[in-house]
Amino acid sequence: MFSYYLELALRSLKRSPGLTALMVLAIGFGVAASMTSWSVFRAVSGDPIPWKSSKLFVPQIDAWGPSGRSDKDDGEPSDAMNYTDATTLMREHRAKLQSALYQIAPSVVPAQAGRHPMNVSGHAVYGEFFPMVDAPFKYGSGWSANDDAQRAAVAVISAKLNEKLFGDTNSVGKSLNIEGKDYRIVGVLDKWNPQPRYYDVVNSGGFSEGVEDVFVPFQRAIDVGIPNDGNTNCNETPKESGFVGLQHSSCVWIAFMAELDDSSAVSTYRDYLTAYARDQQKAGRFGWAPNIRLRDVPAFLEHEHVVPSDTKVSLLVAVGLLLVCLVNTIGLLLAKFLRRSGEIGVRRALGAPRNAIYAQFLTEAGVVGLAGGVLGLLLTGAGVASVGFVLPKSISDLARLDVSLLVITLLVAVVATMLAGLYPTFRASRVQPAWQLKSN
Amino acid sequence: MQIKPIIAALRHHKAGTLLIALQIALTLAIVCNALFIIHLRMAHMAQTSGVDEANLLVIQNGWVGKPAAGENASMLAADLATLRKVPGVVDVYATNAWPLAEGGTVYGIGHTPDKLALVTSTAVYFVDDHALATLGLKLVAGRNFHADEISATGPDHVAPAEVIVTRALAERMFPDGSALGKMVYVSAKPSVIVGVVERMQAPWVDNFAAKWADYATLVPYQLMDSAGANYMVRAVPGQRDDVVRAAPKALLAANPMRVINRDNGVQTYADIRADAYKSDRGMAILMSVISVMLLAITAAGIVGLTSFWVGQRRKQIGVRRALGATRGDILRYFLTENLLIGIGGVLIGIVMAVTVNLWVVTQFEMARLSLGYVIVGTAVLLVLGQCAVLAPALRASKVPPVEATRSV
Repeated sequence: MFSYYLELALRSLKRSPGLTALMVLAIGFGVAASMTSWSVFRAVSGDPIPWKSSKLFVPQIDAWGPSGRSDKDDGEPSDAMNYTDATTLMREHRAKLQSALYQIAPSVVPAQAGRHPMNVSGHAVYGEFFPMVDAPFKYGSGWSANDDAQRAAVAVISAKLNEKLFGDTNSVGKSLNIEGKDYRIVGVLDKWNPQPRYYDVVNSGGFSEGVEDVFVPFQRAIDVGIPNDGNTNCNETPKESGFVGLQHSSCVWIAFMAELDDSSAVSTYRDYLTAYARDQQKAGRFGWAPNIRLRDVPAFLEHEHVVPSDTKVSLLVAVGLLLVCLVNTIGLLLAKFLRRSGEIGVRRALGAPRNAIYAQFLTEAGVVGLAGGVLGLLLTGAGVASVGFVLPKSISDLARLDVSLLVITLLVAVVATMLAGLYPTFRASRVQPAWQLKSN
Repeated sequence: MQIKPIIAALRHHKAGTLLIALQIALTLAIVCNALFIIHLRMAHMAQTSGVDEANLLVIQNGWVGKPAAGENASMLAADLATLRKVPGVVDVYATNAWPLAEGGTVYGIGHTPDKLALVTSTAVYFVDDHALATLGLKLVAGRNFHADEISATGPDHVAPAEVIVTRALAERMFPDGSALGKMVYVSAKPSVIVGVVERMQAPWVDNFAAKWADYATLVPYQLMDSAGANYMVRAVPGQRDDVVRAAPKALLAANPMRVINRDNGVQTYADIRADAYKSDRGMAILMSVISVMLLAITAAGIVGLTSFWVGQRRKQIGVRRALGATRGDILRYFLTENLLIGIGGVLIGIVMAVTVNLWVVTQFEMARLSLGYVIVGTAVLLVLGQCAVLAPALRASKVPPVEATRSV
């Protein structure tokens, strides 16, 4: 029976090609616009480490007090840490894994003669950073706690930098000149570029174009004075100048992440942060009651408004466009179906039940939806390819055409068109056979 | 034209009438807000930076290794001298940031050293005595820095004895217009305003700097940053592109221990502007495309449904024609019918547009929709409806009176 309805549908659609084309175009454009903007939205609002994000926490400690928050006093502590607090938290080491980190942009001098030095970006981290974020290694591994303590000259580099400098061979054990000093490569990361850049939202603003090329031990970077390349926020001018002055100041510039595996670990750590802040208050460093936050990664990303409001607005507008397209389709299907009242009357008079009318016309709506979906697929492909014209590169690069997007595009087109077809079909099924037969 | 019979006829097509009205309403609601977003973004992009963009370029230079504290100043001086010798260069200075850079330094500025009594935030630009000539800034009061006032400092140590401020900042700090010679505080030490320049935009164009986008303070410092230095270079008109090619070559020839990135090491202001306003331009394009699509689909929908109605009513039209109605009467009938539906849809649409905007305002730091957009949107949709209905209505007017006698 279905193939018969399919044939009827195709024949009917062929009879009014203009109307059919109009419906297919409307569905195609509507679906493509929504799916393109959804692909961007999905990319920026996704969980960068879904298997672990609820165990990774960002502690915040208020080191400025009420006077540091002149603008909007919602009591929120700054989202980064100063050197004193970050290194104390590292020294006391209360979480299962933790790392303070700051952004660096050192120059790297290739060993080969005649090649120009280049700037790379990366982070100064503690050794526990790599297991904490499940960073995948192609060769070697991260460094040990002992390396951290010894301030060893070791480095982890990206697969991309490895390819550039060593031609994709295993470079573990080789030496790399960073900022004029030699570092031993202990690990080469596999392809790894989590977005949003959840471990350092403050400096990446959530999304970064480039891959992180180099990681060096935090205390080593401090010792040799690799300066902070990220944001620095101060509530007062540092008393001493330079990078050392920054370390002695209350300026915040260090990101911090801790892994806490269960709720008791979380509450213990929260108590620890409160106790730490209270100790600082007693010691006279903080002139205010403990004010701390401990958010997991999803909550922190939400708090930092990582999803750009432009992507939300475009998604809303695109969904609005789809809605108009569907209203349009309802109207056109209604016209199309009721034009065939005579035919419906004949079928009903010959004994077709209402269900048969439903099946026939919903099949027709489905065919329109499918055609619209196929057109939508092509347009979505074009749309995803051209988001780069509309959105910043760091975000547009994330929008991808994958199988799930293709399947969803088709599904949305077919289901939405069949829903739009429900009312016209209902009207068609109500056609009075006697009246139709008489009037013709 | 009789309206009553039209309304009576529309009662027989409740569903179709409602659908067209709803489509017009939704389209109006979305198009009004989209037009408004387009306008906001265009206005944002139309801000001027205050500098001579046509002839300026920025060179971002990274040092390899860490220059010792003593070396930094002489390397900077050597680079500035090298750049001045490049043919086509008018002037040059080293700095921390520039308008539209999207990165830079911001300080609070006030009338007392007390942190809590800040008046506003201000962008801080590190400059020397060549900056005004390089940027093409116009002094509206006071004087430029003297060469002997320029000192060397690290990125986070700002306590200038003299400052030059933009006119917008001067008026914000001293509304009576007496800024020149007055004291302001960006640090614990007082700074005297020695000059006022007409305009220089802050480095940021996004929301966070919106309130102080025109407030900039020029401080007489040469930035000693062991990571690198940024040079602002002004070229002779027409020779900018030659300087873009020659300047990095000259620098590398003078001292190869540096990094000037191939893709963004040397940027013209056209590049900088395009980068800074990319998302604004993108949103404006996106909203325009979607608005055009919406209007096209709504127009097509009106054509489709009206054509159906015309087909359905051929016999009635024939009867009317046979009873003496002219072609013009039939044409006017369909145009009026569409106008009535359009007005209904537009009325619902205005309510929806305002509701949507009120909600959007609470969600995404956006301004209130001004009435102008609703009026323009309404007019556009009503005219669009009339144009869309014209073709089927003309076809209806051509139905011959003899149709009345057919197929009965």
